[in-house]
Amino acid sequence: MKKILILIGAALLLTVGTVQAKTLRLALDADPKTIDIQEQLSGGMLQFSHWVFDPLVRWSQEMTFEPRLATSWKRIDDLTMRFYLRKGVTFHSGNPFTAKDVVFTIKRFRMSADFKGLFEPFEDPIIIDDYTVDFKTKKPYPLMLNMITYVFPLDSKFYSGLDAQGKAKDAVVKVGYSFAKNNVSGTGAFKMVHREHGVKMIMERFENYWDKKSPGNVTELVLTPIKSGATRLAALLSGDIDFITPVEPQDFGRIRNNSGVTLFTYTGGRIITVQMNQKRSKPLTNQKVRQAIVYAVNNVGIEKKIMKGTATPAGQMSPKGYQGYKEVLQPRYNLKKAKQLMKEAGYANGFTATMIAPNNRYINDEKIAETFAGMLSKIKIKVNLKTMPKAQYWDEFDRQPADFQMIGWHSDTEDSGNFYEFLSMCPNKETGYGQYNSGNYCNKKVDQLTMAAQTETNVKKRVKMLQQIEQIMYDDAAYVPFHWQNHSYAARKGVNVGAIINTMNFPYIGDLVID
Amino acid sequence: MFAFTIRRIIQAILVMLVISFIGFAVQYSIGDPVRDMVGIRVSAAEREALREKLGLNDSFWIQYSRFVRNATRGDLGTSYFYSKPALQVILQKAPATLELVFVTAMIIVLVSLPVGIYTAINPKKLFSKITMGISTVGVSFPVFLTAIGLIYLFAVELHWLPSYGRGATVNIGGWETGFLTKDGLLHLILPSIALSSIMLPLFIRLIRAEMMEVLETEYIKYAWAKGLSRRRVWLLHAFKNTLLPVVTVFGVEIGILFAFTILTETVFQWQGMGFMFYEAVERSDTALLVAYLVVIGVIFVLINTLVDILYGLINPMVRIAGTK
Repeated sequence: MKKILILIGAALLLTVGTVQAKTLRLALDADPKTIDIQEQLSGGMLQFSHWVFDPLVRWSQEMTFEPRLATSWKRIDDLTMRFYLRKGVTFHSGNPFTAKDVVFTIKRFRMSADFKGLFEPFEDPIIIDDYTVDFKTKKPYPLMLNMITYVFPLDSKFYSGLDAQGKAKDAVVKVGYSFAKNNVSGTGAFKMVHREHGVKMIMERFENYWDKKSPGNVTELVLTPIKSGATRLAALLSGDIDFITPVEPQDFGRIRNNSGVTLFTYTGGRIITVQMNQKRSKPLTNQKVRQAIVYAVNNVGIEKKIMKGTATPAGQMSPKGYQGYKEVLQPRYNLKKAKQLMKEAGYANGFTATMIAPNNRYINDEKIAETFAGMLSKIKIKVNLKTMPKAQYWDEFDRQPADFQMIGWHSDTEDSGNFYEFLSMCPNKETGYGQYNSGNYCNKKVDQLTMAAQTETNVKKRVKMLQQIEQIMYDDAAYVPFHWQNHSYAARKGVNVGAIINTMNFPYIGDLVID
Repeated sequence: MFAFTIRRIIQAILVMLVISFIGFAVQYSIGDPVRDMVGIRVSAAEREALREKLGLNDSFWIQYSRFVRNATRGDLGTSYFYSKPALQVILQKAPATLELVFVTAMIIVLVSLPVGIYTAINPKKLFSKITMGISTVGVSFPVFLTAIGLIYLFAVELHWLPSYGRGATVNIGGWETGFLTKDGLLHLILPSIALSSIMLPLFIRLIRAEMMEVLETEYIKYAWAKGLSRRRVWLLHAFKNTLLPVVTVFGVEIGILFAFTILTETVFQWQGMGFMFYEAVERSDTALLVAYLVVIGVIFVLINTLVDILYGLINPMVRIAGTK
């Protein structure tokens, strides 16, 4: 009997022993600006949100909705959707997760300059019971679920009341102290244990994490920001780091030639374009001139030579998988046709134009702008290009000092409509539409269709509208499309990154398996 | 000495005033801090409200006088990115930079002195010729290339040294030091070599040239004629007299070394003031930038004061003005 007990005891010890501590050392180009996930809306903040918090639903690799803290949902009427919440979820603080936390989260969005616009279509949600909540919109809203991916429930008990300084714990503060900037409690796979802003962040796997089915086996996540791309790669190659993102295109070859590390890329939805200002430049009001410019741009060549195959050449704004994507709208490089169009427009001898572009905002933005200028010289358009750092760029962009202005856009709803609302609709200071349309392209039909699509819940009809918009802009040559940027990652062998990356660039590290 | 100290303090205050004024005047050409603080979708009205709240809409003079008033209380503004007092951020980052600059200065002194003297005494030896050749190339080699080259050789290929960061540090009274752990010291090697590569060739050449000049003077010839030992002639009579111009240049160059930490620290992800400055420019964290400039101004004044005191020690003929 004793022997058997000892054997059982030994077996137990062995199984405990096999649960090894697995540390993932991750290097990004910058660490999150804050740990208050509602303070700033940015890609980096959302990545962090997916590690320390969980959304109600999230995007899968196939761009479908995956239940997370909401287990299921159903439409009640045109304006309402009911969400059933997961039971038995606890926050890092130990508080249980209920419908109250969801309502708290939506209400706090309204205090954040970055998020309030995004949640403008929503009414405050209504609690049906502890685990059921109704989301209501002001108008019929086809993108309800897309927006729900932004809802990372906050620990309402943890973030309510006053802190030691007598300040409200739920305050959203951009500059200066706030409770939420220094304390965090989410439901996510990782719990913050140490943070030295700009230097290091250490997160440990949350022992009471609700998702027992997750294959993830990372027990400790160490995030180090490494700003310089060359150093980031060197840290990976030297074995100081396990996983890096982003990777600079010029380094792809090096990684591919190294057997110890693997490169991963994933198509992203950020379209890079150049807008042609029809208010500033007379030739650009001529549709033929704009078409000639689009025909003169060899964006397939740019993708190959400058982006080293890490982008998808574009003929439209919507990437594949979006409702507005129309298969036939492909890149249309044809120099002969471009010259012909310039002649027809009466500009056979070309003209002079100015251009501005950022030099540290998009991947290889400066090189793309230079190449664009070079390509236009083939149809005798002389482009005076000025590039500047992003810190200065956006104020300049708004002032519209140049005929050509570069802008990249990622739709925060993962839906085509967002592109048109910001980049293509007639600029209107009152409604805010066309806020980043520095080309001043204005087509009433596009405006009308974009607005109609906002409230169209019939998917078939909506697809038709959005595709029609793409077609109109294609024919009008409303802007110059380049490509959709890819996301790039590199990891040492044994870190199975392929399964956890997606088009949103939110690596779900909670589900990451390390051999 | 009292008058000297007072004069230096007044000088430091003047320098800070001038620097902060210039910093304030140019800060908005760096970029708009509000743009970096909010997402791109945030409307112009929201940004305007934030700007108003931060006092960025006030006139230049109101903003500047507010800055000076707060500065007299030791408050150099709040960093937009770190959301903490700028001075606190800088002081947190200062130890990393000071340690790096200190080790670099040590390397420069310990290598350039013997090598400079040796090459001056033995200009025809092979070692001297090779050293001179390398230093010619070294002077013109950009520091970030040296840094990347070092990382690839010693971290990626040979796996001898770590590739980035400061490694394990020990906190002593708020000063994060890397001197007390093996890991911390290992992390110091590559950045300090990279940083010293900028000034080392210059100092070797400077010491050599000065020393050779002194060796030609009458009093050295006289010393030889007296039959003094070689060591005594070289190290006491000749070397001591080459030191004065070298110390002058050293004082200036150490200050410039702080400027070069910006590149070196960025490549090595070294968490010091230089890297902080670089990132602050990118983020147009203007509050932090102005505070950094003021702090660097103080460091310059301090270094110059030290150099002046050193002068007196090396050459008793040079008297510090104001002392008896």
